[in-house]
Amino acid sequence: MRRLLPAATCAAMLAALWLVFMVVPTERVMGVVQRIFYFHVASAWMAFIGFFLVAGASAVYLWNGSMTADRLAVASAEVGVLFCSLVLVTGPIWARPIWGVWWTWDPRLTMTVILWAIYASYMLLRAFGGDDDAVRRYAAVLGIVGVLDVPIIMVSVRLLRGMHPAVIARNEGGSGLTDPSMRAALGVSALALVLLGAWLIALRVRTERLGDELAALRREVEA
Amino acid sequence: MRGALTILAKDLRIEWRTRESVSSAFVLGLLLVLVLTLAHDAPPEAAPALVPAVLWASFVLTGLLAVQRVFLVERENDCFAGLLAAPIDPAAIYLGKAAANVVLLAVVQAIVVPLAALFLHVDLVPALPGLVPVLVLGNLGFAALATLFAAIASRTRAREVMLPLLLLPLLVPLLIGAVHATDAVLAGRFADAVAGIRVLVAFDVVFGVAGWLLFEYVVRD
Amino acid sequence: MAGLVLRASGIERRFGGVAALAGVDLVGEGGEVVALLGANGAGKTTLLRVLGLLLRPSAGRLELFGSEVASLAVRGRIGFVGHESWCYPDLTAAENLAFHARLHGVADARARIGELLAWAGLDGVAGRRVRAFSRGMGQRLALARGLLHRPELLLLDEPFSGLDQDGVLALQNLLASLRVAGHAVVFTTHDLERAAPIATRLAILHRGRVAWTHDGAASHTVVASAYASVTTGRA
Repeated sequence: MRRLLPAATCAAMLAALWLVFMVVPTERVMGVVQRIFYFHVASAWMAFIGFFLVAGASAVYLWNGSMTADRLAVASAEVGVLFCSLVLVTGPIWARPIWGVWWTWDPRLTMTVILWAIYASYMLLRAFGGDDDAVRRYAAVLGIVGVLDVPIIMVSVRLLRGMHPAVIARNEGGSGLTDPSMRAALGVSALALVLLGAWLIALRVRTERLGDELAALRREVEA
Repeated sequence: MRGALTILAKDLRIEWRTRESVSSAFVLGLLLVLVLTLAHDAPPEAAPALVPAVLWASFVLTGLLAVQRVFLVERENDCFAGLLAAPIDPAAIYLGKAAANVVLLAVVQAIVVPLAALFLHVDLVPALPGLVPVLVLGNLGFAALATLFAAIASRTRAREVMLPLLLLPLLVPLLIGAVHATDAVLAGRFADAVAGIRVLVAFDVVFGVAGWLLFEYVVRD
Repeated sequence: MAGLVLRASGIERRFGGVAALAGVDLVGEGGEVVALLGANGAGKTTLLRVLGLLLRPSAGRLELFGSEVASLAVRGRIGFVGHESWCYPDLTAAENLAFHARLHGVADARARIGELLAWAGLDGVAGRRVRAFSRGMGQRLALARGLLHRPELLLLDEPFSGLDQDGVLALQNLLASLRVAGHAVVFTTHDLERAAPIATRLAILHRGRVAWTHDGAASHTVVASAYASVTTGRA
């Protein structure tokens, strides 16, 4: 698994790059900048997977106190925030030439930035809360509450449309993809980024575990 | 239930005696409404449209201060340990503390709402039948989530900054729903408030239950 | 003997990886007064908080009143007096006791509070806010609070600190009468002189473990030499 994941990630990434830049036709209305869409959407999916992993791992941690679950929660939160940041960076790059503004309070964008803030605060809590066992529990509670907030945020941001009309109402979803190769490119890009995310999470879980082991050894030496 | 009511009665008695939360909330609420109104500097005819935003922004920021007090009261002489050692369910502690917060937040609303209406030239009376449920639902949701996170924040190192950092992003849907519903209610479009109210109800129920169930994990060391 | 009240075996408790308790074994029966001795940082307070169900052990088994579950019923049978009084500075002494009596569901609260205020010598200042109390008065109030619900297991952390001579005597008499009534008491102290006359068992805690125990009364010299051998022998 430790060997397979990096190799699979690299292969999928190369395939995604090839599809996005060599195979997929240029979108007629938006032009070449639309190609960022494949990474933008795939990043969003990976960010979501990360946030749901945080909640799942947090629930397991509260249930049985498993250190592995806690490390998985930290790792998933960090990787989730990373991919969420990618969404927020690639979004404006795409939006500026198409919509004419860097930012708009479109429901989806709003939702992404709120989720980013929730899990950024999760990381702050872990960083500044102290290194007690208690902080692990607080973080787990936040991880669960954060995911419970997701459906409510989804419903609430739909209310925004009436107050802040989007510059151009555009469907970003799969229905806009006319060419079958576009759908294939999105699928492969998503696979590549999910594999990358999984690899990063696995690495991060390992560094957390090694860090704990190191701290334990250091205490043993000092005692 | 006995435990929750006992804790609520005790907190209200302390607050009545010291008036620490209420007096600071009064001044802060007044200042925030003032500052937000002045910062907009809207012409008289555009001013009423600002009421929902000014009202809820001042409510949330003042409320952050008020809810923090409820657990700070327990820090002196390690009183919180006394609650944990007693034969009452942690959920009862949560309920009592959330109820105390609801009362404090209602006081904050009683300060902020009339002031916002006064400064921004809105006659509240005709909108009251719709406005009161929105205020109550917003209050309950805020209290439900803030009680859980005030307990967390009061136990972390960076206590004072932690609460807004943790709470504000989670509160965004409540804020959107409340502003939306208030906007509709003040314009007399009661039917349009339903969508916002639905968000508020969902928020209240989800985080009321979540707080009730998760509080134990926060406080049991 | 009034039966086993507490049995702790292999209790460990770590804080951020640092072990405060490293495998404590301790039993307590009704009618016993156990004195926990030990230097600062030996783990006395942590152990007491674990026994009072205020801290969960990281490992080990804790059985209270024959039950391993920290149920609310079990909590109701424990009285705990720590370093802090658990009393609200802006409430009066009587209000604080009434609050805790209601939390514990004490039936004859009014009479019980009057009785304990008189015992603690606080009946004259019952209506005064706790903020104005001296250290010793706070300690007396904390003891009254811990006794409110007639706990069968009383846990006291440095109960003599801050008490004047009268207070020390009153507490020693109280512990003696609790012992006769079949209650169990565990208290921590670093003060051999005050522990020796009332304890039925002595235990020295060193580096998170019970390093020495002694049943029955022990002379100062015995305790002092045990203490010395524990601290030097294993240091």
